[in-house]
Amino acid sequence: MTAATTPLAPALARAEASHAARRRRKLIVAALVFAGLAALPYGLRDVYLQNVLILTLMYAALAQSWNILGGYCGQVSLGHALYFGAGAYATTVLFVTYGVLPWFGMLAGGLLSAAVALLLGYPCFRLAGHYFSIATIVIAEIGLLLVHNWDFVGGAMGIQWPFNPDSWWTLQFARDKVPYIHFAIAFLALVWFVTWLIEGSRWGYWWRAVKDDAQAAESLGVEVFRSKMAAAAVSAFFTAIGGGFYAAYVSYIDPESVMSFRFSLLFALPAVLGGIGTLWGPLVGAAILIPLTEISRSYLGGGGKGLDLMLYGILVMVVALARPEGVLSLFRPRKARAEEATP
Amino acid sequence: MTAQALVQVLASGLLMGLIYALIAVGLSLIFGLMDVVNFAHGEFLMLAMYATFGLVLVTRLDPVVLMPLVAALLFVLGAAAYLGVVRFAMRAKANQGMVQIFATFGLAILLQGAAQYLFTPDYRNVPNSWLGGRTLDLGGIFLPWPQIFGALVSLAAFGGLHLLMSRTDFGRALKATREDQGAVALVGIDRNRVFALGWGLGAALVGLAGAVLAIFYYIHPQVGASFALIAYVTVALGGFGSVAGALVAGIIVGLVEALTAVILPPALKSVGVYALYLAVVFVRPQGLFGRL
Amino acid sequence: MSETPVTEPLLRIDHVTLRFGGLVANADVSLAVPEGQILGLLGPNGAGKSTLFNLISGTYRPSEGRIVFRGEDITDLSAPERCRRGIARTFQVPRSFDSMNVLENVVVGGFARHATAAAARRVALETLDFAGLGHRADAVAGELTPPEKRRLEVARALATEPTLLLLDEVLTGLTPSEAKAGVELIRKVAARGVTVIMVEHVMEVVMPLVDRAVVLHLGRVLAEGHPTEVVRHDGVITAYLGERHRAA
Repeated sequence: MTAATTPLAPALARAEASHAARRRRKLIVAALVFAGLAALPYGLRDVYLQNVLILTLMYAALAQSWNILGGYCGQVSLGHALYFGAGAYATTVLFVTYGVLPWFGMLAGGLLSAAVALLLGYPCFRLAGHYFSIATIVIAEIGLLLVHNWDFVGGAMGIQWPFNPDSWWTLQFARDKVPYIHFAIAFLALVWFVTWLIEGSRWGYWWRAVKDDAQAAESLGVEVFRSKMAAAAVSAFFTAIGGGFYAAYVSYIDPESVMSFRFSLLFALPAVLGGIGTLWGPLVGAAILIPLTEISRSYLGGGGKGLDLMLYGILVMVVALARPEGVLSLFRPRKARAEEATP
Repeated sequence: MTAQALVQVLASGLLMGLIYALIAVGLSLIFGLMDVVNFAHGEFLMLAMYATFGLVLVTRLDPVVLMPLVAALLFVLGAAAYLGVVRFAMRAKANQGMVQIFATFGLAILLQGAAQYLFTPDYRNVPNSWLGGRTLDLGGIFLPWPQIFGALVSLAAFGGLHLLMSRTDFGRALKATREDQGAVALVGIDRNRVFALGWGLGAALVGLAGAVLAIFYYIHPQVGASFALIAYVTVALGGFGSVAGALVAGIIVGLVEALTAVILPPALKSVGVYALYLAVVFVRPQGLFGRL
Repeated sequence: MSETPVTEPLLRIDHVTLRFGGLVANADVSLAVPEGQILGLLGPNGAGKSTLFNLISGTYRPSEGRIVFRGEDITDLSAPERCRRGIARTFQVPRSFDSMNVLENVVVGGFARHATAAAARRVALETLDFAGLGHRADAVAGELTPPEKRRLEVARALATEPTLLLLDEVLTGLTPSEAKAGVELIRKVAARGVTVIMVEHVMEVVMPLVDRAVVLHLGRVLAEGHPTEVVRHDGVITAYLGERHRAA
């Protein structure tokens, strides 16, 4: 290309400036949203609602983590419970058995999960579409079965966190749940910010190119396999952090309560519901899905009647069928939607 | 391990493998027809088991007699699932693969909830059936009659499926549709009708499996999920879309599972199957008999 | 290396054969493309033009033979590696990234040589302007008209700053005025020193544009030379022009 020092044409300079402004605006909106969320618990003293809020924020962050691989890079993993479990177990075992503070345990779990993701990615990313998704389910199931039969990590019995006074060091808060809310917001903000950073970088462009058309991407210099590996590692890392947080929050884990398949589904669904491959989709999806399922479970789920499940299932179907691009696509410019509607 | 014990393990594995093949073949058939993985397949199986249970309670007839009726009910369920859900999932212009996955998952959750609502989450079993609890003694090798019956049903179903695919107009339409969806429209085959019938057929096959399974397996709303994973593995191992592949892979899965249970703790019996599946698809992504 | 840069062509295809099972898509094809040329690659459907593109760009590996680019044997390099060495291509059926807008599509190309987003975006903006798509920078790629999509394909490939550009039927299916605009763009590209190989059906448009024409038939090179000579070649007339002239 010609010398990069020549000034851009005015129209292009304007496009570049508006792009920079848009990126900045997203950051400002995010800062306002997260600050607003941080103030929320002070007006919310009900323990039940606090729990719903914590779960919503946590699943929003986990869905954003899933979104990195599933939404941006287009690799639909249905086995992220493996990384969630790895994070929960690493944090718990390091803390309960070796006295390592959960903060370091989460980091260790995150790094472990990223390493596992790279190891598994090597064979798995040769598989495409449904073949990939099914392999991820099976691998997570193997992980679950192995942990179930591994006495060192408590086997089927699981591990109970010891009782300690409330402290940010050990992330244990028995009396007041507000610190968990703040941790969850910080976690969500961190994953959001990392996603924002990546979205504007080479990896972000490469991932979306891989999702849209891997062969065309290759011809433009995109390292497809490396892109998938990088997305898998980042995604697994943050999923494991979430697992560590969840373990601290519920202070008791066993294989089913952190590694069962329903978690894999729960990480993917908010992203799909809100809009995959978007910065706000996972949060919007989680804000709809998690309160709805939690509240319907409390009011309809009494005695295991199954009405809450039916509602949940219908919701998932309706979302998938009615808004394949997620709820966020409702807010896109009208012109884009009109053209999308015509075949 | 004595030779007799080994034969016992292999014979049990073979019988169970044929039943796995019957559970899986409907999934493979549907995928071969239209490239859709039905993530509610396990719930179809679960509903077939409940249907058997319910019909036995109401009619006082034996599950063996009720089997065709269960298959017919599942045929209706399968066709309805296509017409009511999957048909719309295939129209999605964006993220089609993902839409299919989550639409059928939603259906699975709905069906689980419905089963829980109608039958409670309690474990059920079909009491006092002709075959339940009986075993055949072949010179020291004991084979349970329900499994023998299931294996025979499976073989008969595969034979019937083969005849259906090769001898009937419907079979030819199925085949033509899986070869080239665009072309069949030109020769006047209604694609939607073929798909609906294909889903009905796939569900009817898993209906037979459910009726067999209900004789010797406990029934609860989550029972489908455990068999579903085995079914996906079987189909992926045999090659998505391949009917013969489902049969061979089902038998392999049954045998490997039985042998794993000898070597590892019984709770880990599926690990051998999953490991084999991963080993195969990592070397041969299209499975044993699949086309890419 | 024994090659002297003066005589070594930019791209040399050496006895390349590609088989799919029993099917031979390209049989013993040899070509040399000197730097700065516009080469027309012609031939009826199934002549092996697109597979040859796939061999040069790295989508396929040849069963036999080798491909040398700027004196380096690139036969075993992956597609992205070849792209970074200066080979870019378009696809016969445009394959835009439809979840992105036009500019973002081109930025993907810009990242081939620039690691930072600022540099990649700058290249992309300049390329868009150069390709005459600057006014559509914010449009969603899926909403472009067919000729705009072709332009986007070219712009995206150009953003990788190639020395060799492979154009697969970028002029096919365009109206005469659109085709004329397309020809102008290709001339502009060549004027910057980019070597171009173009696959095309529409002889009338291509002939005045290309410096040299190669006619493929049944996977082999049938004729090669100046466009005016090639059209007079007997084999070409029967194998190709007879039917194609009417079709076009």
